[in-house]
Amino acid sequence: MSEYIIKNGHVFDPVQGIKGDKKDIAIKDGKIVDKVGSGAKVIDASGKTVMAGAVEIHAHIAGPKVNLGRIYRPEDKLFSCTPTKGMERMGGGASIPTTFKTGYEYAKMGYTTAMEAAMPPMFSRHVHEEIRDTPIIDEGAFPVFGNNWFVLEYLKNHEIENTAAYIAWMLRVTKGYAVKVVNPGGTEAWAWGLNCLSVNDPVPYFDITPAEIVKGLIEANEYLGLPHSMHIHPNNLGNPGCYQTTLDTLALAKGMKANNKFGRETVMHLTHSQFHSYKGTNWGDFESGAKEITDYVNQNKNITIDTGNVTLDETTTMTADGPFEHHLTGLNNLKWANCDVELETAAGVVPYIYSPNISVCAIQWAIGMEIPLMMKDPMRCYITTDHPNAGPFTRYPRVIKWLMSKKARDTQINAFKHKDKVLSQTSIGSIDKELSLYELAQMTRAGPARTLGLANMCGGLKPGMDADVAVYNFNPDKPVANPDDIETAFSRCAYTFKSGVEVVRNGEIVNNGHKRTLWVNVKVNDNPQVMRDINEKFIKYYSMTQNNYEALGHHFVPNPYALEVDATHV
Amino acid sequence: MTKTVTDVICPFCGTLCDDLEVVVSDDGKQLLEVYNACVIGTEKFLHSQAKDRVTRPRLRQADGTWKEISYDEAADYTAQMLAKAKKPLMYGWSSTNCEAQSVGNEIAEISRACCDNTAAVCHGTTLIAVQDIGLPTCTLGEVKNRADRVIFWGCNPAHAHPRHMSRYSIFPRGFFTGKGQMSRKLIVIDPRVTDTAKMADVHLQIEQGKDYELLNALRVALKGEWLPDVVAGIPKEKIREAADMMKSGRFGIIFFGMGVTQSIGKNHNIDEAIAVTKDLNEYTKFSIMPMRGHYNVTGSGEVFAWQFGFPYSVDLTRGFARYNPGDTSSIDLLNRGEVDAMFTIGSDPGAHFPISAVKHIANVPSVCIDPHLTPTSGVSKLHVPVAFNGVETGGNCYRMDNVPIDCRKVVEPPAGMLTDEQFLVMVRDRLKKLKGAA
Repeated sequence: MSEYIIKNGHVFDPVQGIKGDKKDIAIKDGKIVDKVGSGAKVIDASGKTVMAGAVEIHAHIAGPKVNLGRIYRPEDKLFSCTPTKGMERMGGGASIPTTFKTGYEYAKMGYTTAMEAAMPPMFSRHVHEEIRDTPIIDEGAFPVFGNNWFVLEYLKNHEIENTAAYIAWMLRVTKGYAVKVVNPGGTEAWAWGLNCLSVNDPVPYFDITPAEIVKGLIEANEYLGLPHSMHIHPNNLGNPGCYQTTLDTLALAKGMKANNKFGRETVMHLTHSQFHSYKGTNWGDFESGAKEITDYVNQNKNITIDTGNVTLDETTTMTADGPFEHHLTGLNNLKWANCDVELETAAGVVPYIYSPNISVCAIQWAIGMEIPLMMKDPMRCYITTDHPNAGPFTRYPRVIKWLMSKKARDTQINAFKHKDKVLSQTSIGSIDKELSLYELAQMTRAGPARTLGLANMCGGLKPGMDADVAVYNFNPDKPVANPDDIETAFSRCAYTFKSGVEVVRNGEIVNNGHKRTLWVNVKVNDNPQVMRDINEKFIKYYSMTQNNYEALGHHFVPNPYALEVDATHV
Repeated sequence: MTKTVTDVICPFCGTLCDDLEVVVSDDGKQLLEVYNACVIGTEKFLHSQAKDRVTRPRLRQADGTWKEISYDEAADYTAQMLAKAKKPLMYGWSSTNCEAQSVGNEIAEISRACCDNTAAVCHGTTLIAVQDIGLPTCTLGEVKNRADRVIFWGCNPAHAHPRHMSRYSIFPRGFFTGKGQMSRKLIVIDPRVTDTAKMADVHLQIEQGKDYELLNALRVALKGEWLPDVVAGIPKEKIREAADMMKSGRFGIIFFGMGVTQSIGKNHNIDEAIAVTKDLNEYTKFSIMPMRGHYNVTGSGEVFAWQFGFPYSVDLTRGFARYNPGDTSSIDLLNRGEVDAMFTIGSDPGAHFPISAVKHIANVPSVCIDPHLTPTSGVSKLHVPVAFNGVETGGNCYRMDNVPIDCRKVVEPPAGMLTDEQFLVMVRDRLKKLKGAA
């Protein structure tokens, strides 16, 4: 493999504590190294910003509901098609781009690893086919567990060991990465058209509460010692007053300690926290609960969050929170798709237009800004748009602009039709903080990598780590004349390296890389009871046989990278 | 000695049964018996063993006779045909696996083809309706475990999807449906007294072509508003009875087929059927599902969608994907005479397209990739027989509820025969050279 040396760039690397010093980054055999030979190809990064490749912790980029979005929204392709060009396959789609476009867009922005946030286990083969067709970036997928019949039945009796054995089996057959929980209990209730709006609402028939599900899954997660913490989308998303449910959910992690060999210190990841930080009693007195949520997270160090920034675009919402999407279609009257999945989960899809002329949308935007600016530890708060729910991931550069520039935020606030309402219902007007490049690297690289249990592999530029490097046309020594320059710089990398391969040069794809599928292989002690239960459920209740369930073979996971976990000692 | 292969997937209809058992000879070359499959599925497996099967590509000669050629020559012919054409049409894809579809899409992209699948003459109208109004649906196991109201509209699974009712929709005992058939009410809407209709609790024998009216009347009845005495040939009391039956269930499902998608009203019928489902969700839980025909037509739509963004009738001639059914759909392209090369795989337009369109296929350079002799292979210039997918090669397929299931190979194809994917890879590599693509 070629050797490279990236010279004279301003390096920002929280892993080594480098804050913009001029430093050379050497690459050899796909890894960052101390030094390379004189024959190494020199990349001149003087006057540029150098960071590790960014890590996406939560996006919906592959699988059945994403593709349902593509199928049922031809209008999303209008004016967003990209023709075949050089190395690039043709692409299309703004809020739900085709797989090829997804890979290219991430790489062009300097992202090199991404996690598909909700994989219905029964559809894992579909998810992996799309992941295979998403070039360049390494990807993993989180199977959903929060409404799974096995989990509900085991946790009703607090059977942590059985839950853990089931999770281990599921991660293996679906080639999954982590334990994802979406509206615990509520999605199962949705199969009867119902919901669980608080952590104490019992799940119909199964007679268990969301609180018991969440606690049990954290315990099972730490029993196994998985790389990532339990990753949760709590109950009652998106409703005025939902911040209280969120606080109730966060409180379930109290006293829980992380147990793993991957350097992860937290036990719960609260995703798209913006959607869970609403105060008020209706859409009229809707206000921000960002302070309450960030206060709690600041004090409780075993929790991480991501933002879910509203980008003020037309987009396509999609979630395994089936009842929420039904609620949403009642609000905006746009087309509603839903799919209930036997024994496991459900999903819904509804288009949404975040209009700057609607006060609720503008307040949502402001809450998304408040959360990262109020978080004291950037290593525990990550920038996402919950792609495509709050906005497409291609808007990250714009979100970064807003977070790095008070001037840019003010321009946006002044452009809102209901500016006064935004200022009265949130505290965005009084926040002067501007994110530094170092904090940005924490929130988009080192932080998410650590929480995903990938701290030794990516998110930093320490010798020995994967050579995932992004070089931006952004000179931190010069004052920013126009905030839009920030957006321009982070939109297209001067160079992106993925595992030591130069994949982007001057904002163009020059190599399709060697994309890997990340999954977690957990060894557990034999558990005949769980194996018998699985067997029985397939015979009696699934509509397919157990032998056809696994995502097996080259076609689905052509280039796997397994993180090995040994949980047999417990 | 013989061997029994279990958990075999049936490559016939969208029900995609995956519990078949197939007995093969010890050397794995002969397929002897098929268990658990319906009569159509069994025939599909046994047909692969036909002694008179065509096993090599054949090129039509000037005098109308066929000449056997090698796969290399066939791939050369196909690649050159696609390279020369300005607007080739690559149609079919519904009876092959997703791996082959994926390579096919690469070929289409390089040759800037129009690509389309059999949804164009089948559930394409459903897709248009879904794009209008959405789709509340579920997997078939949800029907098995929960459904106490089942509606078949314009479809006859007793004949077209023979195991659908026993595996998923009427007879199985699921988690919340322990009494099987006894726990379900069955409504059938069909102008004919089909074998499915004979089993119904309520059969609404609708006047032909009046589906939209009846669906609309159902919505009115659900809301308890005024109805005329008779709608679509059905007395209003009967409509109200059906509406109340739907409303009073805990979990309902509407299955619909060609009877509504390709009769008068087309996509508007489906619009209204989905609206009925949506309305019912105000009272209880209801889903709706198209009864997809080919075993992997759903998969073709999925692969098109994640690679190009649209589920069928995709036009790549401008170098990016465009979608405009009626303009970019196969029959319309053929009837307007715009197509200058025809590539067919895994389907039979010769049997199902209007004769005007089939005549045009006969007038242009054409290739048909299909294990069978079909009307399409008959009008094509080159016929490339391939291994039976799902019998002689595996590969991923999507069931009618979008659940992917990986097909199994149970026997070896006849010596020297290629699979769809292998042949398409040969074509792609030649085409890349001809076009100088990266």
